[in-house]
This record gives sequence, C-alpha cells and structure tokens, in this order.
Amino acid sequence: MSTTAMTLSNTRIERSPQHTAVIYLKEAKYEFLKNLRLRVYTASVLSFPIMFYILFGLVLYAKEAIGGMRAPTYLIATYGTFGVMGASLFGTAAGLASDRGLGWLQVKRASPMPPFAYFVAKVITAMIFSTVIVLALFALGLAFGGARMPLAQFTGLLVTLVVGSLPFSAMGLAIGYFAGPNSAPSTINLIYLPMSFCSGLWVPFMFLPKMVQKIALALPPYHLSQLALGVVGAGSHESNAAHWEVLLAFTLICLGIARIGFQRDQGKLYG
Amino acid sequence: MTAAMTQPFSAIAAIPDRIVASLEGVRKNYGDVRALRGVNFLVRAGEVVALLGPNGAGKTTAVKLLLGLIPPNAGRVCVLGGDPTNPENRMRTGAMLQVGRVPETLLVREHIDLFSSYYQRPMPAQQVLAAAGLEKLRDRKFGDLSGGERQRVLFALAICGNPDLLFLDEPTVGLDVEARRLLWDEIRGLVRRGKTVLLTTHYLQEADALADRIAVINKGEIIAEGTPAEIKAQTSGKRIRCITSLGLDRLRQMAGVTDVKEDREAVEIHAGDAESVVRELLARDATLAGLEVTSAGLEEAFLALTQDSLSNGNRPEPNRRGQ
Repeated sequence: MSTTAMTLSNTRIERSPQHTAVIYLKEAKYEFLKNLRLRVYTASVLSFPIMFYILFGLVLYAKEAIGGMRAPTYLIATYGTFGVMGASLFGTAAGLASDRGLGWLQVKRASPMPPFAYFVAKVITAMIFSTVIVLALFALGLAFGGARMPLAQFTGLLVTLVVGSLPFSAMGLAIGYFAGPNSAPSTINLIYLPMSFCSGLWVPFMFLPKMVQKIALALPPYHLSQLALGVVGAGSHESNAAHWEVLLAFTLICLGIARIGFQRDQGKLYG
Repeated sequence: MTAAMTQPFSAIAAIPDRIVASLEGVRKNYGDVRALRGVNFLVRAGEVVALLGPNGAGKTTAVKLLLGLIPPNAGRVCVLGGDPTNPENRMRTGAMLQVGRVPETLLVREHIDLFSSYYQRPMPAQQVLAAAGLEKLRDRKFGDLSGGERQRVLFALAICGNPDLLFLDEPTVGLDVEARRLLWDEIRGLVRRGKTVLLTTHYLQEADALADRIAVINKGEIIAEGTPAEIKAQTSGKRIRCITSLGLDRLRQMAGVTDVKEDREAVEIHAGDAESVVRELLARDATLAGLEVTSAGLEEAFLALTQDSLSNGNRPEPNRRGQ
C-alpha cells in the first residue's frame, strides 16, 4: 500500500474467484461451528427427531407395518423430513432474526462481506445438519430396527431429504426477515409443529383424519415426505414431478418474501 | 498494547485537507422522528473528529449514513469520493457499531479470522490481536468476555482490514474507566498510523482527549464545531460551588453571575469574574462553607450548547441506544 491508496477511486471490488471462494467457505465454516456449539440449537434440532424416531420407530411400533412396509423404515422417511425441516427453519430463521434485530447484521453489512455469503452459509449449515440427522436415523434404524435398504435407495433418500431442506431454508429466511429477535423461535415452533403433524410426519398420513389429509396437500412437508417415502417404496399416488413442483413454487414464494424483507431492511434502522 | 504501537503498519500517508467523508444538507427521518435536519459535516484525511452529543442527537444515524447502511431522505453522503454503499469503499473503511448481540459461541480469533477474510490486504491476525489488546483472549468464546473485552473485539473487527477510514460509534459506551483508557490508547495508536477516525461519543472528556476537532450535535443539528479549545471558549468563565444561606434570587443579582443552580445542599454559580463574586459571597455570608472554584470545562460548554434539550440540566445517562 502506498499514498495512492488514498486516491478517490470509485471502482468495484475486484476479488479473485479463489478469494471469493475462501470467504464463502469461512462464512459457512463459522456458521456451522457457531450452531454446533449452540446447545439450544443442537439440542432441539438434533435430539427431537432422533428421540421421536427411537420412541415410535424402535420402541412402540418396531414390529408394525405402515403403508406396506416395516415401521422403522417408513419412519426414517417421515422423521427424516421432520428433522430436516427443523434444522433448516431454526438454522436460518432464528439466527437471521437475531442478527438483524440486534445489530450484528449491520456490522457485517458495513464490512466488505459479499452479502450473498451470509445466506449461503446458513443454507449450507442447514444442509450439513440435515445430513447428520438423516444419517443418525438411518444408523439407529439399521442397528436396532432392522431397517435395511439397498445403497442406491439409501443414497436416494439422503439426497432427497437434504435437497428437500432448501424450501425450508427459504421459509426460514422469510420468517427471519419478519420475526423479532426474541419471538423468532416461538414463531418457528408455531409453524413447524402444526405443519409437521398435519403433513403426517408424526402420525403416518393414512391415519390422519380426512380433514387433516386435505390440509396436508397444501403443506410443503407433506410433499417432501411423500418424495422420501417414494424412494423407499411407500409414496402416494401423485407423481414425483408434482411434489417437486409444489416444493419449487413454495421455495420461490418464500425467497420472494425474504427479498421484500431484505430490501425493506436497507432503509430501516435497527439497534 | 504499547508493544503494538511500535510495530510497523502499512500506514497510509494522509494528504492534508483532503475530504474523505462528508454529509451535505443531509436530512433523515424515521417516520415522524426527524433524526437529522440538514446536517453539513466533513472529515478530512488524517484527522480525528468527534461527533459529540446527547442520546438521540443523531450521532448513530450520521454514522450509519456514512457507512451506507441507510439512505438519506435528502442531501448528499459522500465517502472517499464516492457513494458510501460502494463495495470498494467498504474495503477501505472499518466500522465499530453498537451491537446488541454478537455470535457468542465463536472464539475471538475466529471472529477476527472471518472478518479479515473479507478484505484484500488484512493485517496479520497477530497484529490485530496485539493492537486491540486481545492476545491473551484469542481462544476465548465471545460470550465469555467482559463488556470491555467485547468492545475490544468489535474494535479488532473494525481495524482488521487495515482500513484508511474508521467509524467508531460510541466505542467506549458502558466501559469502566480503565477499559475506556485502554481503548483510548488503541484509538491513539490508529491515529499514529495515519488513519482517519470519526468517533461519536456523549463523553465530553473522551472528545477532548482524542479529537482534533469536535462537532457538537443536538436534536439532529450540528450546533457547534471547532477544536476542543474553541468549543470550550464558547462559554468562558468559572464555576463556583458552595453551601450558602443566601437565596438563589440574591445570588442571581450579584454582578458577574451568569447562572445559578441548586445542586443538592449546595449551589452552583457560573460567573464570568469569579474573584469578585467570591469576595462578595464571603462578605455577605459568614457561614459559607464547602467553597470550590473550577474553570468551566468542556462539560460546561457542552451543557451550555445543548441546554435547551436537557430538562433540569442533568447530564445524559449512558445508554446503549444512541441514534
């Protein structure tokens, strides 16, 4: 650096692709570490789906059959959806609402951080936790519930669920832009828990009241769980394409809402 | 911290008189609240400018405008010759803002590592830790730090990119005396390395101790500007404090008295010519006790300048929110 650094230039930032990649990686790494060390996050996000799966899949209904297949296998798909949804919603919405509402996001915005890196880090972190949850359910099912499946099927289930975390990360961003820093977790629960129940993630879809089944068709977790069940051979009658279309449309709507919040933030004061 | 000062930094030689940040006729409203009403203000290369004012005066708003975090309703905001939202500007500026919650589970060195990665030519982490006095705390979680230590981490994040221009919004708010002095030393270290600093404060002593130039802001308007000495000169005179049986009205009628206030059991008299007032006081009241005469410092100047905004003459309480 020299005295020329004080010249009044007005050029854009010229970062090398490697430098940009380093920033995205570090942002994601520290977002992951931050959540991993946050007991509130790991305890609720990891332990709930795992506890439910152990209780219903491995203890209460271990010998039952659901939808023409053994319960431990069926419930990996549904509690997997439940877990992925929780990791994504809490991972994005709670952090964003707190960062926004309590001033931390402004510190980052005042720095030369590429704005997109912040969001990508949250989405990637949610995908990593989603992967961990699905692997944990599968390991438990295999070890204690005899939930065997071919490698291709297992891979398909994992990829479906992890990719299926994206609509819920988008939803989390939308919530994070409109919820207060302290009310965000309860707002998430208000949406997350009823939605999970109505989509057949706790009680299998066919056992739900007819009324609730109708509601389920409008809920994204229903469509993701049906895609996951489809991989293991217990899906619904709709085509996979129809499920993906619903999830894609839902993702775009949520991103649109998040974008409105993002733009609104530019002109508003926090903290 | 003193060790850090002697280390070589890639200081930018300041070009005198070059304007590096300015507000021209800037207005900013939040709904019905007029946070800034036509502010003209500038910062030249290499100087330390303090924006001094009570809470709610518009200090933080001015900083956020200069950082491009919020747009003005009217007027022009210019930083390093361009728009403050220009990403290139953000490479060359550092900011310390008032934050309610910082991610608490990350370590000090992790926070610094991440912020350093945003910049093209960051300072080495070791230098940042040294300059902010954080060497011993590098492996501590942010959540385990004291208030002063947390401010030092935010300070480290502001300087880690080796910026030319720093915006420090109430850098020492809520700190105890010792922690405040440490941070002052660190800010002086920046100045020595040729940085330009704009800091906001409602501590008069702080502005006096650090700044080359002070702009006093109140109710969204700059009401005075100058060197600390010039600001002080705006109200001359002395302050006399004593316990007396004389009534306030009689005191006010004495020649040379400009203002009289009750202060618990005593009275506080402001006077242009303290000696004659004291002579008269002692002559009229044989029971007079607890006499103190002090020169009107920056504090009096500040109070005089901002008096209309402060009910019953109290000093503003330290507060985490200052707009």
